[in-house]
Amino acid sequence: METTAAPLPPNPDPCLNVEITPELVAQHGLLPEEYERILGILGRTPNLTELGIFSVMWSEHCAYKNTRKLLKLFPTEKKDKNAIGQVLVKAGDENAGVIDVGEGWGVAFKIESHNHPSAIEPFEGAATGVGGIVRDIFTMGARPVLLTNSLRFGSLESSQVKRLFRGVVSGISHYGNCLGIPNMGGDVYFDDCYEGNPLVNALCAGILRHEEIQKGAATGVGNPVYYVGPGTGRDGLGGASFASRELTEESAEDRPAVQKGDPFMEKLLLEACLEMMSIPGLVVGIQDMGAAGLTCSTCETASRGDSGIEIDLDLVPQRETGMNSYEIMLSESQERMLVIVAKGRERELEEVFEKWDLYAAHIGEVKEGNRMVVRQKGVVVADLPAKSLTDEAPIYDQPASEPAHLVKAREWKVDSIPELGQDAVEGALLGLLTHPTIASKRWIWKQYDHMVMSGCTVEPGSDAGVVKLSIAGINKYLAIANDCNNRFCYLDPYTGAQIAFVECMRNLACSGARALAVTDNLNFGNPNKPEAYHMLKECVKGLADACAHFDVPVVGGNVSLYNEHGEGAIDPTPVVSMVGLIDHPDRVTRSGVKDSGLELILLGGLPDELGGSYYLQSAFNKKEGTCPKVDLDAEMNLQNLLIGQIEEGRICAAHDLSEGGLLVCLAEMLFDTHGLGASVSLPNLGTSGRLDALLFGESQARAIIAVKPDNCDAVIQAANNLGVPAHTMGKTDDSSQLKVEVAGTSVINTDVSGLKNAWERAIPKHMEIA
Amino acid sequence: MKVAIIQFPGSNCDWDAEHSVQNVIGLPAGRVWHKDPLPEGVEAVIVPGGFSFGDYLRCGAIARFSPIMSDLQRFADQGGQVLGICNGFQILCESGLLPGALVRNDCMEFRCLNQSLKVEDSNERFNTEALAAQLTLPIAHGEGNYRADTEVLADLEANNQVLLRYSPNPNGSINDIAGIRNPTGNVYGMMPHPERAVESHHPCLDGLPVLRAFLQPLLQSSSVKLSA
Repeated sequence: METTAAPLPPNPDPCLNVEITPELVAQHGLLPEEYERILGILGRTPNLTELGIFSVMWSEHCAYKNTRKLLKLFPTEKKDKNAIGQVLVKAGDENAGVIDVGEGWGVAFKIESHNHPSAIEPFEGAATGVGGIVRDIFTMGARPVLLTNSLRFGSLESSQVKRLFRGVVSGISHYGNCLGIPNMGGDVYFDDCYEGNPLVNALCAGILRHEEIQKGAATGVGNPVYYVGPGTGRDGLGGASFASRELTEESAEDRPAVQKGDPFMEKLLLEACLEMMSIPGLVVGIQDMGAAGLTCSTCETASRGDSGIEIDLDLVPQRETGMNSYEIMLSESQERMLVIVAKGRERELEEVFEKWDLYAAHIGEVKEGNRMVVRQKGVVVADLPAKSLTDEAPIYDQPASEPAHLVKAREWKVDSIPELGQDAVEGALLGLLTHPTIASKRWIWKQYDHMVMSGCTVEPGSDAGVVKLSIAGINKYLAIANDCNNRFCYLDPYTGAQIAFVECMRNLACSGARALAVTDNLNFGNPNKPEAYHMLKECVKGLADACAHFDVPVVGGNVSLYNEHGEGAIDPTPVVSMVGLIDHPDRVTRSGVKDSGLELILLGGLPDELGGSYYLQSAFNKKEGTCPKVDLDAEMNLQNLLIGQIEEGRICAAHDLSEGGLLVCLAEMLFDTHGLGASVSLPNLGTSGRLDALLFGESQARAIIAVKPDNCDAVIQAANNLGVPAHTMGKTDDSSQLKVEVAGTSVINTDVSGLKNAWERAIPKHMEIA
Repeated sequence: MKVAIIQFPGSNCDWDAEHSVQNVIGLPAGRVWHKDPLPEGVEAVIVPGGFSFGDYLRCGAIARFSPIMSDLQRFADQGGQVLGICNGFQILCESGLLPGALVRNDCMEFRCLNQSLKVEDSNERFNTEALAAQLTLPIAHGEGNYRADTEVLADLEANNQVLLRYSPNPNGSINDIAGIRNPTGNVYGMMPHPERAVESHHPCLDGLPVLRAFLQPLLQSSSVKLSA
């Protein structure tokens, strides 16, 4: 490669003036061909600071180099331009997507992973995961109104997993509670595949007026660039590149790559930024310093604004002495922001930050041209075309090959599983209710403040969390659900990803909410392994097709690859999070039944598929079988029925069939009200002819609803009109007993409180300190 | 404004408190920054929940040195009505406006739940007749374990200064204490959040009688009705 441009002067810190060797390039996670590309862009050898900057900006975490092509498959806008939920800010354009929720209000929301840091340092890893996503939301100009998390851990039998689980939950609790943003829970799964590589995906949603949407662009030559927030330290050095590698035994030595969070600082920054952004015309552009810190925020704002940018590191507030340019540029110290302010109005910004006792340092300016220039002690220490870091990162189309286990899954026969006897039903049900994935998650969410901001309407534990948008002064309710059953994604990535989508949307429908948009978090293994890449590709295709079918666009998200540890990759885990809207308080619906004497109706037909189910896991310790079928039309009909009948005021409670199947669903519906029982009768074994598939199969597009007897005919009629099979199964009563008959024979008759107690105690039992 | 809600750096229930007083109970309320003076004409002050100054060092230990605290002290000394909720209660204890202290929950974890409480016959405003014998109010705290030495505790009990007791006890509080008042009956503190139980989407409305009991002197002097 020709190197014609003049080299930069020596760095003021002599230890940075080293020769760039192939070993150094490799240590920065850059491939030889990527380094060649850098030489081509610069026309000279980069210095160490510049190499570090390329290394973080071209990491998977920042550049999506292995997934950018795949992500283009997602629909990013609504086809129906008259529907509620139009996309105001599209995926990838800014720090978070924004959708319209009517009356001039928008919702900004996004999910982001903090898997690798949480594996090494669970408390700080999870805490700063919350901090990072919250900054993405208020950077948009939005007041955060809710948090949720998607968490995945190994088996709770392992003391190491217990340590990670406890640390992650207390990290989230510590950070979110202090910020005062209600945490509505989320979804949590436990599976051996996550042992050593837990997943911590954090979501935040915020509300803002359309006209308040902020941009992350550096525009207007001469506009000052401000650094706001606490000082920069040496923590979190190169966190983005760290997150783009596999975890190994030596990863613990990367502990300095894990950031340390200060939720109090974040709260101050949140309030100060919202106050600053409420001053008309003051803020030109704003971007948080998350992954790749000062580097990412300067080059991304310049790139978006088609401008150059120049900063002086001597002006950057620092909380350690002697930091060199490499350290300052790559630090991921938390709770910092970059703000481009209208020239001449600097004092207005400074006054706000003085009030909140935060630094606001004028560190640079927007410049003509396209270069990002960094100075320290009067010397240019980096001089790069800004767009080369953001838009010219290499994009890969990796080779994909189908893993052998997928063929085996398709050839699986249910006959390989012994039939379930009637006398074993109660034991099987208890086995499922005490599996930590299905068991009550109260141990987790009683540590989260879900009631702050006075909006909590449906607390965690129902199909979706619901908050009233009181703080905006509007009478609307935001519903949120997360989903992804890794077992199905492992057995059939295309269908498994679709199941994550439809189940999430069904959770919203059961809560009375119309789905508006998706944010997704793609958690996968090493994309350079063809089998892992195949799983990623198929999951994205499945998800994209489901989004298009339902006209629910993806407005943002995150990709976390290299989730591998010891035994191999995690199961594919494309977490789907969806926000929905409820317009009227009467339509807010819960999964728990309150009253006796209600008709219980099974919608969608008798379940008949056992493949991939949690029953196979809890009874036989097997992750095998053919994934349940997904029929997107049947799913849409079911959900239209649910929402329509909820809006008619005919549904008292609704719960979707998911992990654990029909019997778990039924039992869970009785747990909210003391003394409630139910007596249910199913006509026959269904098309599978198997009791296990009927009671515990996880067939899709199904839900149980509780309806007043007076409304039963109307609901059945509406179901018939939409072609949704509906079985009137029986009624709730005051017996405290769950009684189920199949084809006239009793298969279970047991005390609900015994089931509830087992379900409630399962996780605390594992977590109590002896 | 008649009711001032003090906003410290790190307060996070300030909006909630303002909303409940202004929009639900109907008294003019506003937030006052901790570096500003207490406005003239204020008749009641709420010190809201949150994590003032990050609750670093000790809950409320830094907030007590905020500029507004001298105004608050004077206001309370002159008989002004003061209510500390959660972190506000911790701040009032740290500043000496209420006796005792709040330490880490005995379970060593944060607790957010709907807590059942026993009401005590404390004075003419806070009693079982005005409030009901049992209430349910949200709690959300990591350090709500009330502690006081034997003498202070004996005084509190002898003077009927205990307002609310946990039943069951979620945090190890001595004598199950969830809320107390000062001897003169103008300074109140409690860990539960009455402002989170005042609207139809909340778990219950038990916060209304609690807030009304505190605001009674103002409600009596204004045209606002006591009953909903």
